[in-house]
Amino acid sequence: MDKFTVLTGAAAPLNMANVDTDKIIPARFLKTIKRTGLGKDLFSNLRYNDDGSEKPDFVLNQPKYRKAEILVAGENFGCGSSREHAPWALLDFGIRCVIAPSFADIFHGNCFKNGILPVVLPAEACEQLMADAALGTNARLTVDLARQVVVRPDGQEIHFEVDAFRKHCLLNGLDDIGLTLEHVAAIDTYEKNEPAWMPVIAGV
Amino acid sequence: MSASRTLFDKIWDAHVVDRMGDGTCVLYIDRHLVHEVTSPQAFEGLRLAGRKVRRVDATIAVVDHNIPTEDRRSGINEPESKLQIETLEKNVADFGVPYFPVLDDRQGIVHVIGPEQGISLPGMTIVCGDSHTSTHGAMGALAFGIGTSEVEHVLATQTLLQKPALNMLVRVDGAVGPGVTAKDIILAVIGEIGTAGGNGHVIEYAGEAIRALDMAGRMTVCNMSIEAGARAGLIAPDDVTFEYIKGRPYAPKGDDFAKAVAYWRTLPSDDGAKYDKTVVLDAASIMPQVSWGTSPEAVLPISGVVPDPASEPDEAKRAQMQRMLDYMGLTAGQKLAGTKVDVVFIGSCTNSRIEDLRAAAAVAAGKHVAAGVRALVVPGSGLIKKQAESEGLDKVFLDAGFEWREAGCSMCLGMNPDKLTPGQRCASTSNRNFEGRQGPGGRTHLLSPAMAAAAAVTGVLTDVRELA
Ligand code: SF4
Repeated sequence: MDKFTVLTGAAAPLNMANVDTDKIIPARFLKTIKRTGLGKDLFSNLRYNDDGSEKPDFVLNQPKYRKAEILVAGENFGCGSSREHAPWALLDFGIRCVIAPSFADIFHGNCFKNGILPVVLPAEACEQLMADAALGTNARLTVDLARQVVVRPDGQEIHFEVDAFRKHCLLNGLDDIGLTLEHVAAIDTYEKNEPAWMPVIAGV
Repeated sequence: MSASRTLFDKIWDAHVVDRMGDGTCVLYIDRHLVHEVTSPQAFEGLRLAGRKVRRVDATIAVVDHNIPTEDRRSGINEPESKLQIETLEKNVADFGVPYFPVLDDRQGIVHVIGPEQGISLPGMTIVCGDSHTSTHGAMGALAFGIGTSEVEHVLATQTLLQKPALNMLVRVDGAVGPGVTAKDIILAVIGEIGTAGGNGHVIEYAGEAIRALDMAGRMTVCNMSIEAGARAGLIAPDDVTFEYIKGRPYAPKGDDFAKAVAYWRTLPSDDGAKYDKTVVLDAASIMPQVSWGTSPEAVLPISGVVPDPASEPDEAKRAQMQRMLDYMGLTAGQKLAGTKVDVVFIGSCTNSRIEDLRAAAAVAAGKHVAAGVRALVVPGSGLIKKQAESEGLDKVFLDAGFEWREAGCSMCLGMNPDKLTPGQRCASTSNRNFEGRQGPGGRTHLLSPAMAAAAAVTGVLTDVRELA
């Protein structure tokens, strides 16, 4: 996983609440067996017409947001399914940070596993950032994970909270599996102490 | 550890392997269910790191999302679906993971087969790369959906790194009226608390109306916990649960079963256990429900009228409502009952169990699907299909003009050949009414199996209680 330290880039405003994972990446694109290549299908139903042409109004189709690395969105972003294809599609498009008043739990966790930083900020702060983002390429935001601040184009800093463990992993690009395997002795012990009645799945 | 604990607290405490400084726990996972869509990249990750599956005897794999629900014996035509299914078959063979093959009667929707086979048991931690894993919470288990990175994590370590969730109690007091089902209860709950109402929480469902449900109904309720934003939903195990489990293929047998039951009886929440949030509903006030928008919280009793965005004070919410109405092709003030449907889908991990099929068949018996309506019945597993056929339900449906299919996710999501076409309106027993969920441009109305059957035979959204 790539580290996330400081990100400066254009922010795209997606002023919609409850953006669900079917909107982020519709089910028909889940047939891939790879993690990459989903960027072109990100927000497919919002982004393209039925004939495959682009909908010019959609934010990521506007020239100033085509290279956006930050997304500012409405509350409950990422609700719906557990598909990790949602963060993969965002990442493949180039988005490394999503800022919203709230996120759905599974999506929120999935972001951290893929080097994407989900930033939760109060609604008023998100509205300010939404307004900043609406200014386009001239209005770059900086997200500094170590200092836990979003820096607005005028230099004003907005502090955000982040889970200490997830912050540590993201700053250092750490792999959860490696970290967990440091606890393998405890896992062995746990398994030895399982009750004898606990069945196994065998003979399928 | 506090003296009074909830069901969730007890399961959590029993599975903590190790704690890190900041409260993150290494949580042991008892059961891992694997399907074709969210696992290929996880197995790939194992291969790249040279890792094995730690507990193949705690893992079960099946295909459900991609699989066509007709003509299965002749193979799968769609090349990408075929590749995903073949990839799973190769992965389970390479890593030695137990697997119910496509043509096996035990094949079915992952959340249907876990309980059906006695693989999902009370007190367990159960995960799957699918958000509706919450279904298994009906057994009195802590069951939740995970992403693909976590699928890989569980395959490699049989654990997850997690922090405890908050406790939420949803109590449904009293008894529901005739024609009101588990689906109506959970839709009413979501309507009440909203799609983010359970964020960060595990919901425990309790109260007389929940106790009165059979296991199928409890699974329907827990299934849609994720639509309320909750991490999981669960129901305390009781005699109904134990009776259901007894004799299932992978459940404990004989003495072991008695020992297991003795343990399971210690699981229900203690008197005085604390919840971070409590919501109480009166069962008698719940009417048959139907969703009108593109979010599961946009739901009303069938007697309701489509709400008017103009009466919504919040600008963003007003815009969202308008967008929903435009997408759904509905007008403010329009009565929900009488709205014409094109397709009826009875199936999905929410409502494809034998009890659901019986409820739908009881409404459809002796009637016929309305002209111009296409209606599908898709059992949740091969075994349910067989059971239904032995009861003659297939005949009831076929005589009434329904299609009778093989087990799978089918029209619950547009990943297999069963899809809505743009603009089609569907009365569906599934769990999500998001834009494009059942196919691009498709319009979904969520409702119960009985209500779906009523819509099929009348051609319009109908209060099943008024159907003669
Ligand atoms: S039936 Fe629908 S909700 Fe359930 S697992 Fe399949 S696709 Fe997901």
